[in-house]
Amino acid sequence: MSSALLSVENAVVDLPTPRGNLRAVDHVDLAVGAGRTLGIVGESGCGKTMLSRAILQLLPKKAKLSGRVMFDGQDLTRLPAEKLRKLRGRSLAVVFQDPMTSLNPVLTIGTQLIETIQEHLELDLAQARQRSIELLAAVGIPAPEQRLAQYPHQLSGGMRQRVAIAVALSCEPQLLIADEPTTALDVTIQAQILDLLAREQQRRHMAMIIITHDLGVVAGRTDEVAVMYAGRVVERAPTPALFKQMRMPYTEALLAALPKLDVAPHTPLPAISGRPPDPTRPLKGCSFSPRCRYSAERCGTEKPQLSTAETPEHLYACFHPIAARVGA
Amino acid sequence: MMLQAAPNPLMKVENLVVEYSVGGKTIHAVSDVSLEIARGETLGLVGESGCGKSTLGRAVLQLRQAVSGKVLFDGHDLTTLKGEALRQMRRRVQLIFQDPIASLNPRRRIGDIVAEPLVIAGVKDPEERKRRVTEVLSAVGLDPALVSGRLPHEFSGGQCQRICIARSLVLNPEFVICDEPVSALDVSIRAQILNLLEEMKARYGLTLLFIAHDLAVVKAVSDRVAVMYLGRLCEVGPSEQLFARPAHPYTALLIEAIPVPDPDVRPTQSVPVGEPPSPIAPPSGCRFRTRCPRADARCASEVPELRVVAPGQFAACHHPLV
Repeated sequence: MSSALLSVENAVVDLPTPRGNLRAVDHVDLAVGAGRTLGIVGESGCGKTMLSRAILQLLPKKAKLSGRVMFDGQDLTRLPAEKLRKLRGRSLAVVFQDPMTSLNPVLTIGTQLIETIQEHLELDLAQARQRSIELLAAVGIPAPEQRLAQYPHQLSGGMRQRVAIAVALSCEPQLLIADEPTTALDVTIQAQILDLLAREQQRRHMAMIIITHDLGVVAGRTDEVAVMYAGRVVERAPTPALFKQMRMPYTEALLAALPKLDVAPHTPLPAISGRPPDPTRPLKGCSFSPRCRYSAERCGTEKPQLSTAETPEHLYACFHPIAARVGA
Repeated sequence: MMLQAAPNPLMKVENLVVEYSVGGKTIHAVSDVSLEIARGETLGLVGESGCGKSTLGRAVLQLRQAVSGKVLFDGHDLTTLKGEALRQMRRRVQLIFQDPIASLNPRRRIGDIVAEPLVIAGVKDPEERKRRVTEVLSAVGLDPALVSGRLPHEFSGGQCQRICIARSLVLNPEFVICDEPVSALDVSIRAQILNLLEEMKARYGLTLLFIAHDLAVVKAVSDRVAVMYLGRLCEVGPSEQLFARPAHPYTALLIEAIPVPDPDVRPTQSVPVGEPPSPIAPPSGCRFRTRCPRADARCASEVPELRVVAPGQFAACHHPLV
């Protein structure tokens, strides 16, 4: 873990709400190295976005974060605001789900790119402009020079997301966090954007975190996957190992519940019954146990900790993990 | 008519054209679309945002006026009906929307929300209304005694969608249009709602028009699938057949673009097919030609008609894949 570019250690995020304390992130450990891609998968409310905000130190004012966020040898939780500001946008970049809300609607594409570049890099206007054009071309925007004068509303959703990626990549970040980067986009555009992110990640030897609700998105495009449920990481493994042998019943159920193209129409889907627990009313035992078909008495009274499976990189938090398949 | 699904379809859309006027420009939302839906069938309608699939659904219900074309429901042309006659017909056709929370009035109690269609339809007896509401709420898996007095904000998205489904069923409709009914829901909840729609279809003998952008979701519930692109139908066919052997290059592109949850299936390098053109100025000829790897001069000059490519399967393409 010490060699990782980013390591999150024992992160806890508490949010005060009128209904009581909401533990959005519950003792999470994660790490990602340079040139690697980590996928964080979970449903809405599982804490995946709060975790990314914690890494970026962009949590809501009232939120309380404990634990450490080590990035390139520094603990971000202890960094003064000014230093953080220099880091964000420069070494730490982020692409959000909705490009319309992350781009400023009253500034041209060019202004937004050049502003970011000049904020962090020692370039004059002409150089920054040139670099902006190169970036727009790199993210696959046709006629990049003309685009500089356009406003976000003049572009389609896919093009806007490409611009947001160009802004994120503008200062050669070491780590790129992509929070549901393709959820707002159509499927044919989604594939193009995911390819673009993968290509730039490899070319720049960046570390990347892809946050998504879609197991399909992480399967072919990440090195490691962390599955989150009710604020905790419940399973973590190298991507091939995870898909070959899921140990945590939630991961398995999530995959099974996805409609698949190779299944005949009108086949009932193996749905997960019930819904995630109320995060302001934490359960004593395993958070997934009320919905889990393997649940036993112990699951309701004791919280399973992340522990190692056959291989040291494969961790899961379950008392009754899915047994290794015969012959697997 | 070549797209005949059954001798006596419940819903028949003929040469439907819907256009919007925006800032002096015309958006060609639905251009000359013909479809038939047999009794008891689920027709899936897929396409990307802006392809006109929701507009088509709304035009079928007469929530959007068509420029030309017919919508024949059980033999009655809905486009010519007005006032009371249309209202009577609408009782038999219902709609479920994408955002379940936004489609419930936040100030009204669930029992009243679900009973509202009965009130509008003139069911005067409160006992009768209560009986119907109790029945449909139980059918969608909610406890009527527990939920009737509550407000929408007390429910999750999945539960709100159950309430919307109950409301759409309370008048005993024959035909239900589901417009992206699960795309706002989480994966684990999505499966529950899809299963529920299938159950309700069997229980109440419904015919469904299921509109969605997600091919796998559409396949899970549909007998036949229609693929739409920029206001026109590209391909129509039986679900299994269409996904196994797509004839239209656009259908093939859509299928290929779905991320598969299997790391051994390396994502095929996406073809740099660009983005859909604007429906304000759709391309001449085949509207998909600007993104199509097979396009040639003929595609620019001649609009391809839907033609039979396999039994029950139709594609509007000059160079079909099968």
